[in-house]
Amino acid sequence: MPSTANSSTVSIHDVALEVERRGTGRPLLLLASEEQLEREAPFLDALAQQFEVIIPSPPGFGVSERPDWIANADDISYILLDLLDALDLTDVTVVGCSFGGWVAAEMAVKNTSRIARLVLVDAYGIKVRGPFDRDIMDIWTSHPAAVSAATWADAEKGKRDFSSMNDDQLTIVARNIESFARFCWDPYMHNPKLRERLHRIDVPTLLIWGEKDGIVDTAYGQAYANLIPDATFATIAGAGHYPHLEAPDSFLATLHPFIN
Amino acid sequence: MFAWHFTEMPYPNLPPLESLSTMRVSLANKHYDPMIGADLYNRYLDEYMIADDLGLNLLCNEHHQTATCLDVAAPLTAAILARQTSKGQICILGNPIANRGDPIRIAEEMAMIDCISRGRLDVGFVRGVPYEIFAANTNPTQTVERLWEGIDLCVKAWQSVEEPFNFEGRFTHRRAVNLWPRPYQTPHPAIWITGSSDLDNIKKAAARGYVFATFLQPHAKVKWMFDGYRSAFRDTGLPGGGGTAYMPLVYTADTEEEAEKGARELTWYLAAKSEPQYRNPPGYVPVEFNVQALKGTFTGRTDAMRQKSLEFLKEEGVMVYGTPDSVAAQIKRLYDLVGGFDHLLMMQQAGSLDHARTVKSMTLFAKEVYPQIRDLARTRPLELADAAE
Repeated sequence: MPSTANSSTVSIHDVALEVERRGTGRPLLLLASEEQLEREAPFLDALAQQFEVIIPSPPGFGVSERPDWIANADDISYILLDLLDALDLTDVTVVGCSFGGWVAAEMAVKNTSRIARLVLVDAYGIKVRGPFDRDIMDIWTSHPAAVSAATWADAEKGKRDFSSMNDDQLTIVARNIESFARFCWDPYMHNPKLRERLHRIDVPTLLIWGEKDGIVDTAYGQAYANLIPDATFATIAGAGHYPHLEAPDSFLATLHPFIN
Repeated sequence: MFAWHFTEMPYPNLPPLESLSTMRVSLANKHYDPMIGADLYNRYLDEYMIADDLGLNLLCNEHHQTATCLDVAAPLTAAILARQTSKGQICILGNPIANRGDPIRIAEEMAMIDCISRGRLDVGFVRGVPYEIFAANTNPTQTVERLWEGIDLCVKAWQSVEEPFNFEGRFTHRRAVNLWPRPYQTPHPAIWITGSSDLDNIKKAAARGYVFATFLQPHAKVKWMFDGYRSAFRDTGLPGGGGTAYMPLVYTADTEEEAEKGARELTWYLAAKSEPQYRNPPGYVPVEFNVQALKGTFTGRTDAMRQKSLEFLKEEGVMVYGTPDSVAAQIKRLYDLVGGFDHLLMMQQAGSLDHARTVKSMTLFAKEVYPQIRDLARTRPLELADAAE
């Protein structure tokens, strides 16, 4: 479970945000997936040896507050752009995973003055095809076992032992599940405007996709990449929706040339 | 005590239930035969008309994408009954206002039905049960807010008679709201609210003089909710004057053996299966409940009831069945256990319980049970001094 020991609280407008900072070096903003499984993951330790990794919990996630007015990834992106201002970070590498990747894209279409480069990992955020086409697997009408199978190349890796968690930890799990639904229910996991805004991203962008992602497949990732001017698309073998967690060595090998 | 006839209009002609993973949301509608459906709709409406002749009141509801309930538009049922019956009160319990998303349209429909029935309509509002979220695609984290905003707008629309008004709320924006028709009853029909655990909602309903209804719960929990209601009740003279309503499954027969057989068929409703993802959509219940769910200690009402014996369900007041005298005694016992209540909502038909046996049970109830319980005193406020607001 994520520890909050080295976290601090940063107030942005009316939101108290939980922000963890780890390591030293150039700033790297890590926008975690909706499940927030990243903090204890090996890939993060590797990054923290080279960067100061800044990990905010978006409103409603972790122990960050969730005011009623925050309704979607678009709203969250403003809060996190404000966070870059508040921390006075420049030349920031932004890495966003899954829901965090969507938020990262929403930030980059608005203002890249503090952002040097962008990495989107199996991100949501756009609708690619027509109204009858299923671009993003509907995880809320699917059996939990099917969701797990779509998320992980090896579904065993997705198993979480809730019985070992205390109430505070379970509260974070339950808040993350609830907030994710609040922000992503309808329109389902995308902002209809984002697709028409992606042309504004004016920093080098790398999209990294798990080859076996069954939630948003590689065709979706490639279509996403095609909409961003200076974008490169790479896939990771043997990984599903979370390649940074499931195949950290391949992930880092793909990431390093881009961020250095 | 007011007695109400109720059926969810089930479609029981399904493949063996063991072969289905769900009866709700995603059961393929190839299993629905429109010819059988036509017969069922007309049969269930006939039973409501018989209930009306027998002196019972008429309760209907709606659900979506489920074999447990073919009534997908309670206002249509209520409109038919408004025209085809003449005596009984008609209650929609309720309008899923959070899921329908157009409170003014609901206000109009209710006003029209109230006029056609010449003031026999009670209007329930419901948040909608968890699996309804999927058919409506309502954000599951906002249904309580949507419910109350919708009710506020409806009530304002019913009562606003001098000039149009605009509404710019969180979920609904309307301009120049001006209902034609307005309700037959002035200022508006009695309002009902349902609930199963949220005491704040129950007290809010009480403070506004709305009837509070709950279904198929163990009697101790019903008492807990009704006590919460009564502690907040204010006898404000609002339409309907508030009150409490409880729904068990009810089967009345000439012999105990026959009654038990009928009751067993009614448990079809409790056995309705659904896949796990439909039972607790994310954010439908508060975070504290979901912490319990992650620990495996919160499973919801239906799961808790599903495995219980008939005898257990009878003891808890979830099922009432027997000969007329036995049914009357069980209702009086339940009445005492929960601190009294005003409306007995009877699911007298469920599953494949056929027309003849449904009508037999309804008739026995109306003729031999209802006279024994009709005069039970209405709920009175317990502690006016503690009333909300």
